[in-house]
Amino acid sequence: MSVVTNTTTIGAIDAPSRRNTELALVVFAVLISVYAYANVGLALNGELPSGMLGYGLGLALLGGVAHLAVRRFAAYADPLLLPLATLLNGLGLALIWRLDQSERFQQTENFVAAASKQLLFSAVGVALLVVVLVALKDHRILQRYTYISMLVALFLLILPMFFPAVNGAKIWIKIPGVGTIQPGEFAKIIIAVFFAGYLMVKRDALALASRRFMGLYLPRGRDLGPILMVWAFSILILVFETDLGSSLLFFGMFVVMLYVATERTSWIVFGLLMSAAGAVGVATFEPHVQDRVTAWLDPFAGWGKEAASEQMALSLMAFGSGGTLGTGLGQGNSDLIGFAANSDFILATVGEELGLAGMMAVLLVYGLIVERGVRTALAARDPFGKLLAIGLSGSFAIQVFVVAGGVMGLIPLTGMTMPFLAAGGSSVIANWALIGILIRISDTARRPAPAPAPSPDAEMTQVVRP
Amino acid sequence: MNKPLRRIAIFCGILVLALLIRTNYLQYVRADELNSNEHNRRVQIERYAHERGNIIVDGEPVTGSVETTGSDFKYKRVWKNGPMWAPVTGYSSQAFDASQLESLEDGILTGNDDQLFFDRTLSMFTGDKKTGGNIVTTLNGAAQKAAFEGLGSRKGAVAALDPQTGAILALASTPSYDPSVFAGNSLKDSDARQKLLKDKDKPMLNRALRETYPPGSTFKVVTAAAALENGLYTDIDAKTDSPLPWRLPQSTNLLQNEGNIPCKNASLREALRWSCNTVFGKMSDDLGNDKMIEQADKFGFNEEVFTPVRADASIYPKDNRPQNAMAGIGQASNRTTPLQMAMVASAIANDGKLMQPYMVAQRQAPNLDPVYTHEKEQLSQPLSGENAQKLQQMMETVVKNGTGTNAQIDGVTVGGKTGTAQHGLNNSEKPYAWFISYAKTDSGSPVAVAVVVEDGNANRDDISGGGLAAPIAKSVMQAVLDGK
Repeated sequence: MSVVTNTTTIGAIDAPSRRNTELALVVFAVLISVYAYANVGLALNGELPSGMLGYGLGLALLGGVAHLAVRRFAAYADPLLLPLATLLNGLGLALIWRLDQSERFQQTENFVAAASKQLLFSAVGVALLVVVLVALKDHRILQRYTYISMLVALFLLILPMFFPAVNGAKIWIKIPGVGTIQPGEFAKIIIAVFFAGYLMVKRDALALASRRFMGLYLPRGRDLGPILMVWAFSILILVFETDLGSSLLFFGMFVVMLYVATERTSWIVFGLLMSAAGAVGVATFEPHVQDRVTAWLDPFAGWGKEAASEQMALSLMAFGSGGTLGTGLGQGNSDLIGFAANSDFILATVGEELGLAGMMAVLLVYGLIVERGVRTALAARDPFGKLLAIGLSGSFAIQVFVVAGGVMGLIPLTGMTMPFLAAGGSSVIANWALIGILIRISDTARRPAPAPAPSPDAEMTQVVRP
Repeated sequence: MNKPLRRIAIFCGILVLALLIRTNYLQYVRADELNSNEHNRRVQIERYAHERGNIIVDGEPVTGSVETTGSDFKYKRVWKNGPMWAPVTGYSSQAFDASQLESLEDGILTGNDDQLFFDRTLSMFTGDKKTGGNIVTTLNGAAQKAAFEGLGSRKGAVAALDPQTGAILALASTPSYDPSVFAGNSLKDSDARQKLLKDKDKPMLNRALRETYPPGSTFKVVTAAAALENGLYTDIDAKTDSPLPWRLPQSTNLLQNEGNIPCKNASLREALRWSCNTVFGKMSDDLGNDKMIEQADKFGFNEEVFTPVRADASIYPKDNRPQNAMAGIGQASNRTTPLQMAMVASAIANDGKLMQPYMVAQRQAPNLDPVYTHEKEQLSQPLSGENAQKLQQMMETVVKNGTGTNAQIDGVTVGGKTGTAQHGLNNSEKPYAWFISYAKTDSGSPVAVAVVVEDGNANRDDISGGGLAAPIAKSVMQAVLDGK
């Protein structure tokens, strides 16, 4: 009587929890990061960096605490998500520390070493991950907060409009004594919760109530409403906060979730048309966006004339000089890019100092995180979980693409941060929370279905006695 | 909902794939182009990251490298006796690029040249510190010193050659500059360079190679060579057909001589000895413009010379008859660099063979192995050996008992020719003093030299090739002879 009916795509009854695999991978991630530190120190000063022990222990502590939390509170979670995030976070710390050592930066007026702050923010991020795992016993609880999420997300997105622009984009809020916060990073997660909750309820209406026209399912006007709203909203962010990245991110995430919820290709067509229309419309009258586009089309044309173009050209030259194997950590000149070298452009340092090989490795690590997220969505048993997981991993993928594509000149630069790698408190904290939620969903998805309760009736009917 | 999820998974995969393709394109396909982009500061950083090789004279470097701090350039170029050697080496500055030998031989000096490929590969395995190769020059330190100190505070230039090989022995230009003062990239360096650029005496101009002067009477040896080569006159002691006074063709002007000298129908030897304008002016007119150009071209006129540092082309242009006649005595639109006149003197001293002037004897890899050694090379044969020897006799007379007695050296045969080139509108400015000469021993001629002094401060009457320029030429020749 042990017929196992496997209701999930992955995992089976008595599936291994893979916690020990995770532990081994976390140890590996920490060791690689510590090795990177040693490498930087040896390359720059010919000796092991004095802070190496502190950073190494700090990172090991973070990975260890996170792992224990997962072991205790999400025993069946995906074993790859945590080590991959730890690896990126640790590598990012080493890269930021390396840029802290740059003489060019140290000579500038407002120089502040960013690595120790980043370690602190990472600790806050991991703490938030633990809080998510402890407090959020079941991700479906989030469903209850669909509309509150919407309000909070709106509030967070509108807030920076009332603060002065930093480097041409209004995406920061400044709190005296605490520092600057990028609310957009948190809004990304909260809005995914709203979309998942909203679409789960409305998906049938959106999917079925439509007319067929030229092979496409045209939605009804009232169903089109929310989409138009999101579209208008992302345009507004673009116009008032001049933040190309965030609008692309929110709209992209919405289209992905809409498509998954309705299974209708027509939504993607609409999404693409609308984003193209919005982008072209804004680009025609927004000089900030125009600068970015001209810098993208010919980075070297604006040399000496436009800061945006020069930054782009500097980034491309950093990638080029890395070549196939890179110059080695600490031996490149990616700090020529200037103030954004450790945030928006940190990937240029990877490209220059770790080379094509390192870049491909880092991109594949990001790709793995995304695909583990998609796999979690596939495995999730409830539509809300599926939508939330695909929303979060989809937005993660879009962000990685937009930032990496931007600094590599594949698409116009938008000024977002590389998750985990870049210096920036909001980013690293929010992304740990994102990983926390994905771990929670994957735990629920992979958790073995409880053994069917013995049914007394069934037993009765089975008992045949001659 | 799983079908769209799988498609999204593929979509995310495509996004990552696009990034992977892009990074391959940037870092593999376009890497070289981006790496050598003119805006890429890494090129400069790399250039100054290692000790630069040296430029070597008489086995000793005249350049060096010092470690600097405060910028991303690690090493800075320094010169030993910079003003004296600047016309040879050029400059190499962190902020203002490089010039002349420092620029042309940059590949060897930085160690990046393809000729050093094997050496570089080898040191990659042995782990040797990367350094640059050396450039061994042909220059003679004593001759250079004699030239530089001979010019002293006056404006002018000296070029000395070994007539048998074409090796450049001295190349001086005054006023000069010290390339060390702007070798770095600080504000101080920039100010020093600005000051040099604004100086109206143009200290950064390499007068030996890049300034053309009217050659004055020194050009008469070229005219004489043309006359001998074209058979206009064959015997240097026979009377020429030279009336005095002589009227310029197509003109009412009479050509004058300096003072009352015996020029009527003077022989070639006597005409050169006294520097007769009338004799050589008529000679140039008799030969005609085409034959004069032809002879000048054989000596290297109308073409840039690469030593490898480029020297401006000296000019003997197409011209009308009166101008051509005046050009025959070096007082018209023909102009010449000091190097060119040294080439003229050396071709005559070398029995008519003009050797290609050069100053890089050897390029050395960092481990001092030569990767290139110059082989002497004949540039042209401006005149036959026989005619060259006739000209030698004429020039030796000039030094023995003519205008060039100041260049006499005891026990050595010296040939020379003075020149006092007038310039400015209606001869309004102070003339240039010229002297070209060669010294000769039993084993041929070891040195030919051209000196020009443009001395705005001297008393006008004191300016003459024999008075100002000949003593400098003498001391340069003496320095070379003493070293033999």
